[in-house]
Amino acid sequence: MKLSTSVADQDPTKGDRQAAQRSLTTTVIEPKRGWAALRLGELWPYRELLFFLTWRDIKVRYKQAVLGVAWAVLAPLMTMVVFTVVFSRWLGVEVPAQYGVPYAVFSFVGLLPWTLFASSLQRASSSLVGSSSLLTKVYFPRLIIPMAGVLGALPDFFISFLVLCGLMAYYHVVPTWNAVWLPAFVLLALATSLAFGLWLSALNVLYRDVGYIIPFLIQMWMYLSPVAYPIENVQGPLRVLYGLNPMAGVIQGFRWALLGGHPPDLLVAAAIGLVAVLLVTGFFYFKRMERTFADVV
Amino acid sequence: MSDLAVTVQGLGKRYRIGGPQEDYRTLRDALAAVARKPIMRIRHPGAVTSRVVDLWALRDVSFDVPESQVLGIVGRNGAGKSTLLKVLSRITEPTEGRATINGRVGSLLEVGTGFHPELTGRENIQLNGAILGMTRAEIMRKFDEIVDFSEIERFLDTPVKRYSSGMYVRLAFAVAAHFEPEILVVDEVLSVGDAAFQKKCLGKMENVAGEGRTVLFVSHNMPAVRGLCSHAIQIEGGRVVNQGTAGEVVDEYLKVQASTAAAVAWPEGEGPGDEEVRLAGMSLLNSEGEPSGSVTNGRPFVVRMEVDVARVASALCIGFDLTSADGAVVLRSYQTDGPEETWPQLKVGRNTLECEVPAQLLNDGRYLVLPRISLHRVRWIVQGDAAISFEVHRDTISSPYALMPRPGTIAPVFRWTADGSSSATTGE
Repeated sequence: MKLSTSVADQDPTKGDRQAAQRSLTTTVIEPKRGWAALRLGELWPYRELLFFLTWRDIKVRYKQAVLGVAWAVLAPLMTMVVFTVVFSRWLGVEVPAQYGVPYAVFSFVGLLPWTLFASSLQRASSSLVGSSSLLTKVYFPRLIIPMAGVLGALPDFFISFLVLCGLMAYYHVVPTWNAVWLPAFVLLALATSLAFGLWLSALNVLYRDVGYIIPFLIQMWMYLSPVAYPIENVQGPLRVLYGLNPMAGVIQGFRWALLGGHPPDLLVAAAIGLVAVLLVTGFFYFKRMERTFADVV
Repeated sequence: MSDLAVTVQGLGKRYRIGGPQEDYRTLRDALAAVARKPIMRIRHPGAVTSRVVDLWALRDVSFDVPESQVLGIVGRNGAGKSTLLKVLSRITEPTEGRATINGRVGSLLEVGTGFHPELTGRENIQLNGAILGMTRAEIMRKFDEIVDFSEIERFLDTPVKRYSSGMYVRLAFAVAAHFEPEILVVDEVLSVGDAAFQKKCLGKMENVAGEGRTVLFVSHNMPAVRGLCSHAIQIEGGRVVNQGTAGEVVDEYLKVQASTAAAVAWPEGEGPGDEEVRLAGMSLLNSEGEPSGSVTNGRPFVVRMEVDVARVASALCIGFDLTSADGAVVLRSYQTDGPEETWPQLKVGRNTLECEVPAQLLNDGRYLVLPRISLHRVRWIVQGDAAISFEVHRDTISSPYALMPRPGTIAPVFRWTADGSSSATTGE
């Protein structure tokens, strides 16, 4: 206690800072009816919290695992091996000539964005229910929680990306200049998982069934995305519907940027539009549900 | 700018019991309800969606807190104090009314919120600070102070899952206490930690109040409210029933508490407790075994607790706090205080526990009995409110010189000797 006063005395800016904060923060608490305004600007002062929550998730994940970071390398590699055996050897899936790589590399390039998407969606969807102790005890914009869930999948992605670089070097694959588009596709994958994550996490607070649906949903979604097979194999009248899957665009984009072949077709624009709609409505739905989270969770 | 830190106008919070939130917790129920609704409408055109009970945890609450006032909030358990703090710290949204708050609100509601057992003390300080709303610069500036205050220096880089519960609480409190919001909200934290640490916390509270910050202090500890707060409000049934200076409000609150009868019996299922353990009744018996609100100091008396137990747990501690009329605790007693073989056997169903309080213990005055039930080191089941009260009269005093009222809470009669012997043995 003695310490606290002496430190305060030594800090000449403290008074000013407090005065500044006081004039900044007048909060009016009242019930909000209907579809509340988004007020995304409110998120900005909490950017450090977003960072800390993401950092906590990552840190805890690696601390509890014996193999730690090695999982981020092993998991996609093992999936690649299984895919290669099952799809390439047994089912005879062939990689179209324009990619010019063995199936292993081909599937790994698909797995990379897919794993990013699947794990960030999984994390975001279960994030609110998993943070019930935070929800009931302290205020901050709840949007931070699913956002931290989405971002928490990024480190694994970067590690896997390094593995891919190694693989490509091993197979002497030179990436094309189109690789500059990769960040845009990563962004689309994250936006897709946030859009669905917002809806699913809010619904999950209300209905715990959502927690059971998510793994199932992700599994179905993987079969409906060109992870294990080339998008060229998808033909027929349902092709348009298939193209509306944003992850089809993302994965095709990754293959095009790194290996060559065709860029994603125009359907990706429709998919982006779909994601944008889901994202905006997701924000509003989340905001609307937000006020009852603490009472229901 | 106004000099009001907090303005609360007509604040209300409604919970729906048995309503949609309760019923449709699974998707199947929700879907079924949607499907049923039109059919219900056809079958029972006039029927309103029944079974929904509105519970107003807060209603028409209005008060102002000027800047740098320390406001005590008192009231019985379930009166709405905690809901009020939750609304003011924006954890839950009010149903009606509004509150205007000038400044950041920090609360000691959330001691240890966001602590992760796998992270080290150092990491948890950073994380918890960020959750409470501190900037990174602020955390860095306060870091050494926090470590000092919590006395965990040597274990800074140990995961907190290896901490003793005392260390854990100390660290958690240290972080919360070093957050310097303009408005601090404190709820009953003083009941955590060991006695020395509690003292430290009270000191910190005094300090904060002395620095001219606004504090909202919720407590059952009446001497603390009287000592720390300048003003107080009393909440009962979700409404403000009294407000004024801390002294006035506490006196009034205690008067009401002290007017509780010498015996109480709760209707089935409505006594304090939970599904597993519930109080059915409490009474005071004089030395003749009759229920009485007035006992004499010269005779022992009995506190009787009737407890319904659904599941017998060995860690179940049933007892009470005996407090003086101003709320200061005189003693606490549990059925498990003696050696294990002397503990009364609890059974499933109604248990009548009796505790004999010896003669020549309490001074003249009015006393309250507050039932306390806990699962040892797991959770509190019952705590907080006085159930019965009684008066003690010293009317069987043997000495002709001890007739005047004495100061002090207890009035035992001790044995005195002179030169190693008392008069009884030196007699003729």
